[in-house]
Amino acid sequence: MVEFHNINKSYGENEAVKDVSFSVGEGELFGLIGPDGAGKSTLFRILTTVLLADSGNVLFNGKDVVADYKYIRENVGYMPGKFSLYQDLSVTENLKFFATIFNTTIDENYELIKDIYQQLEPFGNRKAGALSGGMKQKLALSCALIHKPKVLVLDEPTFGVDAVSRKEFWDMLKSLKAKGVTILVSTPYMDEAELCDRIALIQKGRILDINTPKGIVEQFERQLFIVSNVAIYPALQALENNPATQNAYSFGQEIHVYADEITSANAIKQVLENGGLKNPEVSVGTPNIEDCFMDLMVRGNLEESAHA
Amino acid sequence: MKQFLAFVRKEFYHIFRDKRTLMVLFGMPIAQLLLFGFAITTEVNNANIGIYNQSPGQFSNDLVQRMTGSDFFRLSANINSEAEMLEAFQTNKLKMVVVIPPKFEQNVTAGNAKIQLIADGSDPNLATILTSSAEAVIMTWMKERAGTNIQIETIDPQVRWHYNPELKSAEMFVPGVVTIILMLVSAMLTSISITREKELGTIEILYVSPLKPAVIIVGKVLPFAILSIINAILILLVAWLVFSVPVNGSVVLLLFEMLLFIMTSLGLGVLISTVADSQQTALMLSLFGLMMPTILLSGFIFPIANMPLPLQVISNIIPAKWFLIIIKNIMLKGIGMAYIWKETLILLGMTAFFIGVSVKKFKIRLQ
Repeated sequence: MVEFHNINKSYGENEAVKDVSFSVGEGELFGLIGPDGAGKSTLFRILTTVLLADSGNVLFNGKDVVADYKYIRENVGYMPGKFSLYQDLSVTENLKFFATIFNTTIDENYELIKDIYQQLEPFGNRKAGALSGGMKQKLALSCALIHKPKVLVLDEPTFGVDAVSRKEFWDMLKSLKAKGVTILVSTPYMDEAELCDRIALIQKGRILDINTPKGIVEQFERQLFIVSNVAIYPALQALENNPATQNAYSFGQEIHVYADEITSANAIKQVLENGGLKNPEVSVGTPNIEDCFMDLMVRGNLEESAHA
Repeated sequence: MKQFLAFVRKEFYHIFRDKRTLMVLFGMPIAQLLLFGFAITTEVNNANIGIYNQSPGQFSNDLVQRMTGSDFFRLSANINSEAEMLEAFQTNKLKMVVVIPPKFEQNVTAGNAKIQLIADGSDPNLATILTSSAEAVIMTWMKERAGTNIQIETIDPQVRWHYNPELKSAEMFVPGVVTIILMLVSAMLTSISITREKELGTIEILYVSPLKPAVIIVGKVLPFAILSIINAILILLVAWLVFSVPVNGSVVLLLFEMLLFIMTSLGLGVLISTVADSQQTALMLSLFGLMMPTILLSGFIFPIANMPLPLQVISNIIPAKWFLIIIKNIMLKGIGMAYIWKETLILLGMTAFFIGVSVKKFKIRLQ
């Protein structure tokens, strides 16, 4: 449904996207996972025809996004990263406006947005600017869906939204997917990655890996140890000073260690105790997406510095 | 068409829900009109003058009475010494002092009387106006005495002002204010309203929609065109009712020319929005790029003929200059198209140019 071929894009000196290729199948829920500044928005803007790539091309349902931009503009539903509705217009006025400029009406495609919009209807006369974060996002989604797009492109839709609303939002995406809408979504939240059919991990404009969430986790080749009950900073220092445990990262109150040579929790414990930490607890863990991302990122950086 | 109407409706929502836009739209014309009408005036009313009469008598008293009896002057101090006079000037109490020298009474009958007018030159314009007004009053007074036994040799310049015989400043400023308001409302508000969409990111979803650029541009421009015409009519009404400035020529022609000038300004507004990325920049560009030249170089305040040659040349590219000629001709001289077709053509050309360039420069993508 959507194919990116060798996309490059720079803003002046800054290379935002480097040789990115991937494709998304019809009806797929595809996630672009990466930190801020990784190039997610740039890729989405190229797909939605508002930015031109320096090189490479993107096909949308077989049509080129540059030559046939009018087709894409009629058939894509786009929700930019920044809340981009009219804050001084009410909920209903916003939805009506977007329905009309896409040559449709609310009634015509009500079925598609029904579940989402029903939650908003009690606030129909409220100005969009006065809605809560979760409500704003539901309205934005309704507006992006009102013309029944073939592909829905959502740029960090859950950014700055509370946990309950985030979960609701992903439930909505699931039900939209069930209705046959192809969805591309980007997020900095690793926990959301697991809700996608397939994900691309992206960092500094490069794709690190593309796979199903399960596939990504299965590729993790190292041993993961989880360290707890220690002061984070001295423990990190102690681990990083030892070449065998140098890949250690803090995850909240825990430290995740990715090791190649060491295979037992006791060996890690030893490193920590040698570093002067008392009673550390170390256990073997199952890697999640974030672990995979961190690991891929470190390897990518190593390769890059090797090249340099 | 439905798309277009929805877009225009949305624009009206924006305008009527934003207090600042409403203020600029309707508050400013009124404020400007009243400011120019009542405060910034070149007429002199009730200027404070002093009399230093060193020769009290029948003639001098009569003259003083004549002077202070007019609307121009108000006698606010009788001066008794030179020091007193200086102090009055320094404390800004007086703008002019009429000095009647000793032996004035005898000299009047002898035919060689002199009067000294001392004005505060720190405001040269005012000083000129005051002294010439005073001279006029004195001259008239002398003439009236002519039938009696006083012989005075004077030059009597005959001046007549056409079109604005009483030199009323309202007739000077109304065309200027109309010009500024039309320019400001049309260009500034349009450019701000387009850049606001850029700033808030809403332009991005407008791009990713089947809306054609022409629909966006015309949809943005039309509400301001309508409101500007209403504004112009309001200003003309106020000018007529409050300052009794009539439209001597054809009102229909005037409205047509106004519409043309509004189009020119809207074109400029769209043009500004294609280069400005934020509302702030658009505002600055409108104020310094449009307002200042419009006020200073259009001939509204400073006559173009008095400008140095380079500025005279530059004034030709100021649309307001041409519109000001048109509107003055229609409003004050009451003449028709036969005399202003050249200026109209120039404005038409400028409008076509601005709109052409803006449509060409209007982007269909970011950056």
